[in-house]
Amino acid sequence: MPAKLSARPPARSTRPAIVAVARRRALHGWAYAAPTAVLVVGLFLLPVLLVGQMSLSDWPLLSGNQGINAPANYQDALGHRYFWDSVVFTVKYTVIATVLLIGLGLGLALLVQESSRWSAVLRTSILVPSALGLASASLLFYALYSPQVGPLSPLLQRLGLADGPVTFLGTPDSALWSTVFLVVWRFAGFYMLLLMVGLQGIPHEVIEAARMDGANRRQTFVSITLPLLRPSLALCTVLCVTGSLLAFDQFYILTKGGPDNSTLTVVQLIYNVAFQGQNDLGVAAALSIVVLVVLVVVNVAQMRAMRTSQED
Amino acid sequence: MTTTAPPKTSPAPQLRRQPRAPRARLAGIALRTPYWVLTGALALVFVFPLVWAGVASVAPQPGSSQVDGWGFGNYVTLMEYQAGLPQYLLNSTLVSGMTVLFTLTASVLGGYAFSRFRFPGRDVLFLLTLAILMVPYATLLIPLYVMLNAVGLQNTLVGLSLVLTVFQLPFATFMMRISFDAVPRELDEAALVDGCSSFRALRTVLLPAVKPGVITVGLFAFLAAWNDFVAPLILISDSDKIPLPLAVANLRAQVMGIVDYGATEAGVVVMALPCVVLFLLLQRHYVRGFMSGALKG
Repeated sequence: MPAKLSARPPARSTRPAIVAVARRRALHGWAYAAPTAVLVVGLFLLPVLLVGQMSLSDWPLLSGNQGINAPANYQDALGHRYFWDSVVFTVKYTVIATVLLIGLGLGLALLVQESSRWSAVLRTSILVPSALGLASASLLFYALYSPQVGPLSPLLQRLGLADGPVTFLGTPDSALWSTVFLVVWRFAGFYMLLLMVGLQGIPHEVIEAARMDGANRRQTFVSITLPLLRPSLALCTVLCVTGSLLAFDQFYILTKGGPDNSTLTVVQLIYNVAFQGQNDLGVAAALSIVVLVVLVVVNVAQMRAMRTSQED
Repeated sequence: MTTTAPPKTSPAPQLRRQPRAPRARLAGIALRTPYWVLTGALALVFVFPLVWAGVASVAPQPGSSQVDGWGFGNYVTLMEYQAGLPQYLLNSTLVSGMTVLFTLTASVLGGYAFSRFRFPGRDVLFLLTLAILMVPYATLLIPLYVMLNAVGLQNTLVGLSLVLTVFQLPFATFMMRISFDAVPRELDEAALVDGCSSFRALRTVLLPAVKPGVITVGLFAFLAAWNDFVAPLILISDSDKIPLPLAVANLRAQVMGIVDYGATEAGVVVMALPCVVLFLLLQRHYVRGFMSGALKG
């Protein structure tokens, strides 16, 4: 890269000293950026290229690259027994989690935005779960939901909400909703915080002006707060959709994809194909590429939609 | 608590509270009671699971190592599980420490370069770093598994830390760049005019100014590395090299498929405790990190 700079004939510059300084600054800049560049190229750019190559090759886990076999991996991936089931389940989970998390996050943000001491206590208690790792939280809820030691089933029975012992992870639906509850518990504070930051960014005068003009609370919220909150809502939606489409830890720990593979997400399928039983890295790489493409398309579409509706 | 009751009548919640007549305050309390009941219940829902895990880990439970009476039997089981809790704690600490070190080194130097220097390829490199966010974890871990095998870093904590560092880079680099951008240029230019090298200007003048950013980035890198589950699941195969979350997850199926919930709860407490303590201590930085994250949108 510095060669490009030196290729410029120094004679044309009226002040060669400045060029020399600029060149040295550029060299220093590269030196400081070098660790980042090495990491990004070595552990991001090359792996992305490699996963592309793997998706086109016969690549068993143990014996490695066996040469090109395109497009067999993609056919196997799309034709996998559980592929469409896992896609449907992942989308269903994503819709439920996103709607609940953003709705709840917004409600909580409105609830705790006052600067009172009680609000601060509330904020802290809602935020504490987001300090935990998703794996720790899943293990915690695994015990919490367990029929042997969990306190929830006896509690529901005593309140008269359940007749017998409740199996939280036993049926496909209850397993899904139990996992959703865990995820809401773990992430609601995070989205509350993002939306609180958005709410604080709304100039106070605008809300005051709406009130002066006679708008009630609901009208102010719908026609002033919500539109002005759109960038924050957009960010939350992108983060939540992306995170949910890639869900793995919570299902791997809580349900292992069960019962009967009913809660198998796409990323779990990738993991299973690569490392559990089938041991086919080629097909797993093809699945990964499919997920990557879908994710990029979904994100670009979301950002487009947000941008055009903002211009209205 | 009653003296701090914020009056609901005020149209703008953010306005400073004004001293009010006692009767109005009483009315305020009456109006606010449903609010307190609702929000109190809400706080309970979020805090209860954590408290329960702490209590249950020392409470007597059939099928665990703490059958009768309260005590630390479950923690003893955890100490003796396979390679032992100290080994897993050491693994987690090493991975987290290295990840924080690598992340801070790369992002402080990188943020400095992106903020203060013009060099060819700068914008491409910055965008490429942010693009890491777009690529799913699983998509990268499969080729990384193959690549680390090829260079002999498979099954090592260093390899794992490097991988975790890469996933921290988008946030860390972005955060450090805006931190440096927020420092007036005159500050380091004065140092350079006085004959400082650019590295010395960074170390003595700029680093103190971007300290909050450094703490935020370090905190996030630590929490992410400490809690990560997928990367070690795929990259580490030796059972005495796995970090804590993986060890606790494995421990569940220890004895003939019968789950030792007591030891699981103890493991959750050991994993969660440092995170919760760090969070409570550094809450302001945690919030700050999100704020700068929100700026992107």
